[in-house]
Amino acid sequence: MLIDWFTVGAQALNFLILVWLMKRFLYKPILHAIDEREKRIAAELADADAKEAKAQKERDEFQHKNEEFDQQRATLLNKATDEAQAERQRLLNEARKAADALSAKRQETLRSEEHNLHQAISRRTQQEVFAIARKALTDLATTSLEERLVEVFTRRLREMDGQAKAGLGEALKTASEPAFVRSAFDLPAEQHEAIQNALNETFSAEIHVRFETAPDLISGIELTTNGQRVAWSIADYLASLEKGVDELLKEKDKPNAKAKTPSDVTPQIAKRAYELYEDRGRKDARSVQDWEKAEREIRKDEAKDEPKAEPKAEPKPKAKDEPKPKEPKPETKSQ
Amino acid sequence: MRLSPDEMIFWQHGFLKLNGTIVFTWGLMLVLAVGSKIITRKLSTDLKRSNWQNLLEIVVTGIEKQIEEVGLSQPQKYIGFLGTLFLFVAAASLCTIIPGYEPPTGSLSTTVALALCVFVAVPFFGIEEQGVGDYLKSYVKPTVIMLPFNIISELSRTLALAVRLFGNMMSGAMIIGILITITPFLFPIVMTMLGLLTGMVQAYIFSILAAVYIAAATRARKPKLESEAKL
Repeated sequence: MLIDWFTVGAQALNFLILVWLMKRFLYKPILHAIDEREKRIAAELADADAKEAKAQKERDEFQHKNEEFDQQRATLLNKATDEAQAERQRLLNEARKAADALSAKRQETLRSEEHNLHQAISRRTQQEVFAIARKALTDLATTSLEERLVEVFTRRLREMDGQAKAGLGEALKTASEPAFVRSAFDLPAEQHEAIQNALNETFSAEIHVRFETAPDLISGIELTTNGQRVAWSIADYLASLEKGVDELLKEKDKPNAKAKTPSDVTPQIAKRAYELYEDRGRKDARSVQDWEKAEREIRKDEAKDEPKAEPKAEPKPKAKDEPKPKEPKPETKSQ
Repeated sequence: MRLSPDEMIFWQHGFLKLNGTIVFTWGLMLVLAVGSKIITRKLSTDLKRSNWQNLLEIVVTGIEKQIEEVGLSQPQKYIGFLGTLFLFVAAASLCTIIPGYEPPTGSLSTTVALALCVFVAVPFFGIEEQGVGDYLKSYVKPTVIMLPFNIISELSRTLALAVRLFGNMMSGAMIIGILITITPFLFPIVMTMLGLLTGMVQAYIFSILAAVYIAAATRARKPKLESEAKL
């Protein structure tokens, strides 16, 4: 018999015992160890996950901070730029203001210089004119200044146009007091007579005349009667010239960049004016016109910047063509 | 010539006797238990562990995986029984390389005892899982007509288990014995190697079949559970 039933039972028992032993010593510890390890690994993984999450969070935070920082930096930069721009604007404005002030000051200086210059010009002109006048007078003095004066005066009286003559004649005739003849110098008796004669002839009446000396006339003769006046004097010429020069200066007040220092040309102008006067044969007293013409010529020369020496070559007739110069005529003024 | 180690009787007192089968079985039990004890005495739960622990872990997890693959969802519950079956049969055949040793599984008494254990264990686990009524009802499924066939199959598979293992183990030892007498020394070595392979295969077959039977017994109710779960 192959089967021994006692052995079967014993083996079955043995097997069950072995099952218990294996459970006790093998499976339980091993499975337990594996479980433990898995738990541990899981815990470590969880820990790692937590750490990763934390790291992620920190990274996010850091990134956020970084962004914030960037933003702040950008803001600061913008602010700084704005401030710099504002500062620049302010400095520019200041500089502009300063420049404006400087230029205003310079303009002021320029103006005052110009003014001074003008004053100098006018002074110089007057001086020159006086010089011319003196020269002319000196030239006239060859015969005798007073004679010439009287001569001229009498001629004027005779040449007076109708209306003025009539007015003056009426004034002289109706005057209760004698007419005054004032002169810069004491006139000799012959001159007195000549004047008296001329008056009598001109107005065809006996005119009472009283002679006086008035040094402020410089040189000349003045007839005053009953509020009417007939005069020929250097002072009148000078007054007329001064007026003309003043007008000229007013025009020149406008800034002229091109203009050279007027003082440079003034002597030239004066010289030229005198030349014109001489060219004309020292006749007529068109000093202002002469001056203006001379100045025009000089200025033109300067503008051309040519070394053309002197505008002497100008034909005489041209001067004659000019409008009739204003000259101190025997005038009637109501006083 | 001995057909089984049962005939190796060391001590006998009436019905009680101490034959080779029992003695070799005790020896195997001692080796297995003491070996496990020694190795598992200082188990490491750390990531680093000894090679022996690694070997045992591989064996245990391998068995666990096999049980799970057969269809038992709670391998820890069955690993004690099924794992021990495999280890015992494998160890019994593995030890044939030791001279003078005769595998206890070469005795029909041992294989019958193991088969009987399976025969008892199947309804035991089945009833534990499903309850007595449900388990018994599985015998009359799909119809009552199937009851005798189910019972017959229960018995016959137990017999088949016992005889298959016995035949294989016994034949291995027998062939080696015969070959030793008629062939040069080389052949028995080859046959021993072949016997080792056969023994391992038999251990695998025995335990897997037991697992399948238990799975069949416990899984009868499963589809219902799944449908309930679906609802």
